[in-house]
Amino acid sequence: MNRSPYITDAPAVSIIMLKVLLALVPGIFAYVWIYGGGILVTIVLATFTALVSEAALLKLRQRPIRPYLSDLSAVVTALLLALALPPLAPWWLVVVGTLFAIVIAKQLYGGLGYNPFNPAMVGYAVLLISFPIVMTKWPAPLILAQTPLGFMDQLHFIFSNTLPTDVKIDAVTSATPLDYLKTQLMLNHEVSSITQAPIFGVWGAKGGEFVTVAYLLGGLYLIQQRIISWHLPTAFLATLAAMSLVFYTVNPAHFANPLFHLMSGASILCAFFIITDPISGPTTPRGKLYFAAGVAVLTYLIRVYGGYPDGVAFAVLIMNMCVPLIDMHTQPRVFGHTKN
Amino acid sequence: MLAEAEGTVSAAIHAPTSGTVTAISEAIIPHPSGLPDMCITLTPDGKDEWTTLRPTDWRNTDKKELVASLRSSGIVGLGGATFPTHIKVRADGKSQVHTLILNAAECEPYITCDDMLMRERADEIVKGMEIVKFLLGAENCIVGIEDNKPEATAAMTEACKALPETSVKVVPTLYPSGDARRLIHLVSGVEIPHDKRSTDVGIQVFNVATVLAIYRYFALGEPSIDRIVTITGSVNSPQNFKVLFGTPLQTLIDAAGGVQSGTTHFIMGGPMMGFDLPTIDVPITKAANCIIAATPNLFAPPPPAMPCIRCARCADACPVNLQPQELYWFSKSDNFEKARDYNLFDCIECGCCTYVCPSNIPLVQYYRYAKSEIIAADKAKEAADLARERNEFRLARIEREKLERAQKHAERAASNKAESAKTESTKVAPTKAEDVKAVPATTESEQPASSTNTDDVKKAAIAAAIERAKALKAAAAQAGESQKKSDAITADAPDASGKPAQTEDEQAKAEQAKKDKQALIAAAIERAKAQKLAAAQAGIAPKNVEDASPAVKAEISEIDAIREKAKQAVKAQDSDSEA
Repeated sequence: MNRSPYITDAPAVSIIMLKVLLALVPGIFAYVWIYGGGILVTIVLATFTALVSEAALLKLRQRPIRPYLSDLSAVVTALLLALALPPLAPWWLVVVGTLFAIVIAKQLYGGLGYNPFNPAMVGYAVLLISFPIVMTKWPAPLILAQTPLGFMDQLHFIFSNTLPTDVKIDAVTSATPLDYLKTQLMLNHEVSSITQAPIFGVWGAKGGEFVTVAYLLGGLYLIQQRIISWHLPTAFLATLAAMSLVFYTVNPAHFANPLFHLMSGASILCAFFIITDPISGPTTPRGKLYFAAGVAVLTYLIRVYGGYPDGVAFAVLIMNMCVPLIDMHTQPRVFGHTKN
Repeated sequence: MLAEAEGTVSAAIHAPTSGTVTAISEAIIPHPSGLPDMCITLTPDGKDEWTTLRPTDWRNTDKKELVASLRSSGIVGLGGATFPTHIKVRADGKSQVHTLILNAAECEPYITCDDMLMRERADEIVKGMEIVKFLLGAENCIVGIEDNKPEATAAMTEACKALPETSVKVVPTLYPSGDARRLIHLVSGVEIPHDKRSTDVGIQVFNVATVLAIYRYFALGEPSIDRIVTITGSVNSPQNFKVLFGTPLQTLIDAAGGVQSGTTHFIMGGPMMGFDLPTIDVPITKAANCIIAATPNLFAPPPPAMPCIRCARCADACPVNLQPQELYWFSKSDNFEKARDYNLFDCIECGCCTYVCPSNIPLVQYYRYAKSEIIAADKAKEAADLARERNEFRLARIEREKLERAQKHAERAASNKAESAKTESTKVAPTKAEDVKAVPATTESEQPASSTNTDDVKKAAIAAAIERAKALKAAAAQAGESQKKSDAITADAPDASGKPAQTEDEQAKAEQAKKDKQALIAAAIERAKAQKLAAAQAGIAPKNVEDASPAVKAEISEIDAIREKAKQAVKAQDSDSEA
């Protein structure tokens, strides 16, 4: 019998997923610091829903539960979705989004390895389309809120949608910079005056930019650990920067500068954690460049011209559809073959 | 010598020691299949004596003679592929080898037999290299050594120092750099096209152990009877041994101090491409570069495979730059055509993809499976093509036999006629002939009634019918000739036509006359039939006037095509039997 090779040296899928989770830890810390502990509740809620629904579906599909649950892929999906949601998202929003991600986008397509779309982004897109008001209602960073909510207040808000009696909802929430920029531009304000608003920080959103930097650190860790290749983040960020630079150069009054686009919204999270999902992404090096560039272009276009403040989720899903085509046309030259 | 090289790709076997041949029988051989094959059993007399050895003065001998003598040297590629060496140096002038590359990169981890050989016998290796260089007519020599063998590199560099046009090149120790194509690329930068051999671009690769064997054969007269074998794994003293071919594996294991407890089986070759030996009762063969005693600790059974997460680590690891994850997908879903499109057959089965797979997928097994399925399917397709060809030929034959039968009837009728002509008056025959002619006449007369506009159709149809009759006549003539042969499959038209010239004149004339007569009669009958048919067709389809003629023509061309196919089939049969 020929069953060679006899030796292997590869991290298990669960190790890879664990490292992705580890890489998210700095981001979560920053998140808690900026927006309060509510996000932890969201994470726990999403993780719990993901694991339970995954187990139920595996049971229905008559697949072994333990190896698939312990691969941690469901936890990664849950965490990414939780981090993409508004920090004080009501509990049902988290549950519905996670259920959709795990049940529809992942398990019904065949489970781990078979989902053509990024499950977290499917969950996010469904929520964004179905509940646009809740999804765009972001709490102000604690430093900006008139009356910062404590952890228990946040917990209360998440589960019963009620605030302490002396606090008004407007005192807690605010528009995100991307959202604010968009609406203000429609009122024919100039970018330079819009960004004077207190919600804008040095590079992106006040407070939010720290979370973004923490994601960046985690992402660099993933590259260093060779969990993700440099192709995707580099191509995404470079394209997004180049695109916004072109528009910014043409009309700085109407278009935000490249740095703002890189540091706002989900750009960094997308570059290092979302488009790097190997299952729904391309596999060839050249394909990764095209894919990431495509996501960046679409993200920018949706941000600037689309109906939603951030375009990452839709951009990723649209590019997910192109993956088979991209892979097919970017096959690298095989040793001893001429390029044709 | 125990056994001569018979086929093209085969090598002689020499008695590795003195003794008596006690059996020539089937025995288990060290092969992944575990199937027995014919083996010669030699019982040693313990004296280990040589016959008289005859060294060759290779510098002053004709190259052709040297190559011919290599054929009986028993030397094969000792890297593990065991390709007969005499074929590799065949001086047929087709390939102009300018560079000889010495493969001194060990083919797999664990294996150190070439390393040891170079450390201890660098001089002899270099002398062997000189011989091969001479045989190939190569101008340059490059020795490719992996950078984890500094001692071997030093020894080889020292040995090569005096030689012009020879260099030692250190390559990174990155499996599979011992693969010939990979090594060529590493040391010379030349990428051998996937559909070519290295000799097509003037490069030939030899393993160090092979050139050493060549040196010993020419310089000392010793045929290939032993090799260095690495024995490692769970044996008490892992090391390299010079082992006579045919030595039982057990003897080698004993020499290495026996196995440690927990040893479950033995692996021949390295940990990346080796295979489980079916039993311990196998001999050491020319391919045995390494024997690994395996324990579950050493080679843990792989954990259950998880789904592919398309992480493409395999693609990064693939030395051939394939996309293993795509090949896996296609192989798993039996989408073999796609697998082939994605260059499955460029896969060298090195195992790198499996080595790095986080999901523990036995990728190489999938590729082996897909390859064997594709090869089997190709063979089946070939067989099916042959069957279809045969069927077409059979149909053509049936058609021909029909004609032949008709011809026979006609013959009989003619002979009847002749008889009646003899008995009755000579006037009878013309009336009979008129009868035949009358057939079309009557059918013609029936037609005009059905349509006023059939005249044109009829003309076309008749013209077509005549054409067809001509064609049929030719066919009938051919049929008449091949009728002589009882078996239609072995019948061959060209031969039959050439027959009269070969046979005696009288017979030929008689036959010719007979054939002519037959052909004429058959043609007459066929013409009548064809006309009848054409007329009938014209009658059936008077409405689509324009179509009628092409339809008839199409039918004619169809018949022609069948005839052509039959001809070709006969020709093919001929060339086959010639071959």
